[in-house]
Amino acid sequence: MSLPFLIIAFMTVFAAAAAMSLRNLVHCALAFVVAFAGLAAMYLQLDAQFVGFAQILVYVGAIAILIVFAILLTRSGDTPNKAVLAPGWVCGIAVSAVVFTLLGWAVLNSSALPEQTPPAPVATVKDIGGLLMTKYVLPLEIIGLLLTAAMIGAVIIALKEPSPTENSGRKT
Amino acid sequence: MTPLQGCLLVSALLFAIGFAGAVTRRHAIIALVGIELMLNAANLNFIAFWRYGAHPEALTGVMFVIFSIALAAAEAAVGLALIIAIYRHYKTSNLDEVKELKG
Repeated sequence: MSLPFLIIAFMTVFAAAAAMSLRNLVHCALAFVVAFAGLAAMYLQLDAQFVGFAQILVYVGAIAILIVFAILLTRSGDTPNKAVLAPGWVCGIAVSAVVFTLLGWAVLNSSALPEQTPPAPVATVKDIGGLLMTKYVLPLEIIGLLLTAAMIGAVIIALKEPSPTENSGRKT
Repeated sequence: MTPLQGCLLVSALLFAIGFAGAVTRRHAIIALVGIELMLNAANLNFIAFWRYGAHPEALTGVMFVIFSIALAAAEAAVGLALIIAIYRHYKTSNLDEVKELKG
């Protein structure tokens, strides 16, 4: 347990809690960016450099922008004056507290976890690329196909549906 | 407490926070963000076990997380497109008010 780890962990957990509890959705999205940047820092601290930078590229770069766009497109950027929590929120919080207690108890009392800390493994981009092209080439192709299908599907789902009152030949 | 246990505890806390957000918030986008947070907690577990477990040279955990990040990107794109389509149809993105499939 080093000091950088504690700082990063505190920042990540605090930002995640803020992202889930703030009332204004734009503030939520910004706290979400901080939480994912903290997770990327944690990956870097765990010697997984490629994953850390991929996390920054995908989450901080792409998904955060997507979420901000969705917030603004659904016109929910201003602070709501109604309740933001669903009616049964006490149950939800209780269940998540029970989940955390169980997981924490299992982690702290497990005898299966390795005790000693091994030396830092090397995961160069060359190794990762070589494995992606040899052992994991089929999953890579499937992920490529899935991303293409998801992209086409997202465009089709979000297309403007033609309103029935207007002339069907005209693009709306 | 070993570093592995610290990572696992942070990951469990993130999972619990994401779960609480996904279950309790009314807004669909925040529920989606909560699901992303739970997915990321799982990714942190993979990286922690890869770093502190046996045979890190096989890079299995790193590979799993890379594919999982790609899946999360696809999931976010489709999920947000669905939320935008629902908003266009119902004029709301509040999960409590979207009750029927055939609008």
